[in-house]
Amino acid sequence: MNIHNASWVRQDIIAASPRPAAQGGVAEWARKNLFNGWLSTLLTVASVTIVVWMAMALAPWLSNSIWRANSLAECRQILDGASGACWGVIRDRWPQLLFGFYPPHLYWRPVLTFALLIAALAPILFRAIPQRALWFSAVYPGFAYWLIWGGSLWFPVAVYCGVVVAAGLLYLTARVSRGLAVASATVGAALWWTYAVQLVSALADDVLPIALTPVASREIGGFLLSIIIGVTGIALSLPLGILLALGRRSSLPLIHLLSVTFIEFIRGVPLITLLFTASLLLNYFLPPGTNFDLILRVVIMVTLFASAYMAEVIRGGLAALPRGQYEAAEALGLDYWKAQRLVILPQALKISIPGIVNSFIGLFKDTTLVMFIGLLDPIALAAAIRANTDWQGIYWELFIFIGAVFFVFCFGMSRYSIHLERRLKTDHR
Amino acid sequence: MTKTLMSQASSQNYRFMLQDVAVEITGMNKWYGEFHVLRDINLKVRRGERIVICGPSGSGKSTMIRCINRLEEHQSGKIVVDGIELTSDLKKIDEVRREVGMVFQHFNLFPHLTILQNCMLAPVWVRKVPEKQARELAMHFLEKVKIPDQAQKYPGQLSGGQQQRVAIARSLCMKPKIMLFDEPTSALDPEMIKEVLDTMIALAEDGMTMLCVTHEMGFAQAVADRVIFMDQGQIVEQNEPKAFFSAPASERTRKFLGQILGR
Ligand SMILES: Nc1ncnc2c1ncn2[C@@H]1O[C@H](COP(=O)(O)OP(=O)(O)OP(=O)(O)O)[C@@H](O)[C@H]1O
Ligand SMILES: [Mg+2]
Repeated sequence: MNIHNASWVRQDIIAASPRPAAQGGVAEWARKNLFNGWLSTLLTVASVTIVVWMAMALAPWLSNSIWRANSLAECRQILDGASGACWGVIRDRWPQLLFGFYPPHLYWRPVLTFALLIAALAPILFRAIPQRALWFSAVYPGFAYWLIWGGSLWFPVAVYCGVVVAAGLLYLTARVSRGLAVASATVGAALWWTYAVQLVSALADDVLPIALTPVASREIGGFLLSIIIGVTGIALSLPLGILLALGRRSSLPLIHLLSVTFIEFIRGVPLITLLFTASLLLNYFLPPGTNFDLILRVVIMVTLFASAYMAEVIRGGLAALPRGQYEAAEALGLDYWKAQRLVILPQALKISIPGIVNSFIGLFKDTTLVMFIGLLDPIALAAAIRANTDWQGIYWELFIFIGAVFFVFCFGMSRYSIHLERRLKTDHR
Repeated sequence: MTKTLMSQASSQNYRFMLQDVAVEITGMNKWYGEFHVLRDINLKVRRGERIVICGPSGSGKSTMIRCINRLEEHQSGKIVVDGIELTSDLKKIDEVRREVGMVFQHFNLFPHLTILQNCMLAPVWVRKVPEKQARELAMHFLEKVKIPDQAQKYPGQLSGGQQQRVAIARSLCMKPKIMLFDEPTSALDPEMIKEVLDTMIALAEDGMTMLCVTHEMGFAQAVADRVIFMDQGQIVEQNEPKAFFSAPASERTRKFLGQILGR
C-alpha cells in the first residue's frame, strides 16, 4: 500500500479465523495474576503467609473437637491439657439453643411451623412453583401463630375474618367512591378486630372446640425466637416501607409530612431505645388497657424500625426511574395505584434489591438485641449457659456456632438476591 | 368483539365526521413558576385532522401538546378534549387519557415487560379487555407497525426505530381517538426515521386525528392538513402545508423555515 496515496480499496475480504488458544497453563496464569511485579508478589506472599498461619493456629483446636461431653470439666479431662474445641456444649444444649424453654414434648410444633414456612416461602421466592400455592402462603401466618402459641384455632380464624370483612366492604362500596371504599374497609376491619374477634372465637370455640396447649411468649426463645421476629419483621417491613416511600414522594402535603416525620424520627433513634420504650410508646397509640405480648411488641418495633430504612432504600429506586416512565404510564390512562403497581414499583424494587436485602440482613441480625429487654434469643441463652456450673468458662464454641447459624441464613438471603437480580434482568445493556 | 374492534381500527374512516371537534383550546395560558410559557393559545382540531406543530426549541410545543392529556396543568383558559373539559377532576383526566394516545421522543417503553406485555398492559388494566383478546389486539397492531416477530423480546433488545414503532402500537392498542406525537423521530438515526414516519403516514391514512410536533417537513407536506408555527409560547402562524411552506406570512416563520430547510 502506498502511504502517500489516500485512495485505497480492499481487494480481498479477510475470512474470520478462530481465536488463538489461551497461552500457558497454571504457570502463565500465576505469573499474570499473582506475581505481576514486586508489589503483587509481596502481597501474594503476605496473604498466603497469613492464611497458612491462621489455618495452623486453628487446625489443632478444630481437629481436637470433642462432641461427647456433658460439661466443660469432662471436656478438659478428655483433652488432657491439649487445646481443642469443646462442641459438647452445642450437643448438650441443642434443644435449648433452638427452642429456648419451649415445652420439650411440644417441639414438633415449631419444627412443623418451620417446615411449613419453607413451603409457604417457595411460591413467593421461586417462579417454578405454581402460583396457586400462594393461597397457602396467605393462610400460613395465622396457622403458624396457632401452632407456636397454641390456644384456640378460632382466634386466628376470626382475625382472618377481619380481612374478609374488609374485602366485602371494599367490594360493596367500591362502586360509590374509591375513597369511601378504602375508608369503610379500614374502619370495618379495625372494628372487627377490636370488638368481634374475641366474641366470634369464643362462640366458635363453644360450638366446635379445636385447641392446642397454649405456650406463653416467655417460654419461646433461641433461634425460634430470632426466626419469628426476623421473618415477621421482614415480611411486614417491605410493604410498609413501600407505602412510606410512596408517601414521602406523594404530592399530598399531609401524607408527605407524616411519612417524612415517621421516617426521620425512627431513623434518628437507636433500635435499642425503641425496644426499651416499646410498651410506653405503644400505650400512647393503642386503646388503654391493651396488654401487649412482649414478642408482639418487639415485632412491631423491629418492623417499624426496618420499614423506615426500607422506605429510604426504595425511595432511591423510585428516584432512579426516568420521568418518562411515569409519563408513559399516565398517558396510557393508568391511575396512580395501577401505574405504581404495574410500571413503577416493579422497576424501582428491582433497582433496590441489593439495598432491600441489605436491610433484611441487618434486621435479622438486629433480632439479637432483644436480649436486652429480657427475651431469650440465642445470645441471651449463650450467656445463660455460660452461667451454668457445667459450662462455666466456655466461650468460643457457643458464639462460633451462633455466628455460623446466622451466617447461613444471611448468606442464603444474599445468594437469593443475586439470583433474583439475574432473573429480573431484562435491560440487556 | 375483537373482530369488530379490529375491523373498525383497520378500515375506520373518521373523515366523514370532519365537522366534529376533537380538541378545542380557548384562551389557554400556562406558567412555569413566573415564566409565562404558553400565551393565549387558541386551537380547534376537528376529527380526522392531521396537524403538524413546529417552531424553534423552547417555544412551548411540547408543553402545549402535553396539556392536551394533562401531563401538564394549565392555569387559565379552557381545554376540551373529545367533549370533556380538562379540570383537576381526576376521573375526567383518566377519561381523556384513555381516548388520547401519546408517543414520546424517547419512546418510554416499559423495560421490565416484553413488547407484547407493553402493548397489553393498558387494554387489560384500563379498558378491562380479557387477556386473550388483548393479546390478539396487541398482535394486530404489532403487525400493523411491522414487528410482530419481536413480540417476545424486551425493549432493550430492539433498535430505536423498532422501539418507537412499538410505542406507537402500544398507544394504538388503547383504541385512542386522538394521537399526540412529541418529536417521535428526533432521537433516531436517519435510516430509522423513515420506518417510523411510514408508520405514522399509514396511521394518518386510516383517518386518525393526529397532533404531531416534528421538524420533518417532508412528513408535514405529505400528510398534514394544517401546519402550526409556534414561537415564544404563542401560535404565530397556521396554514395548510402548501401555503405555509411556499408563502409563509410572518417574518419569524420565514426565518425558521430558512434555518431548517436550509433555504
Ligand atoms: N418543568 C419545567 N420547569 C420550568 N421550565 C420548563 C419546564 N419544562 C419546560 N420549561 C421551559 O418551557 C419552555 C418551553 O419548553 P418546551 O419543552 O415546551 O419547548 P419545545 O418547544 O418543546 O422545545 P424543544 O423543541 O427543544 O423540545 C422552555 O423555555 C423550557 O425551558
Ligand atoms: Mg419538546
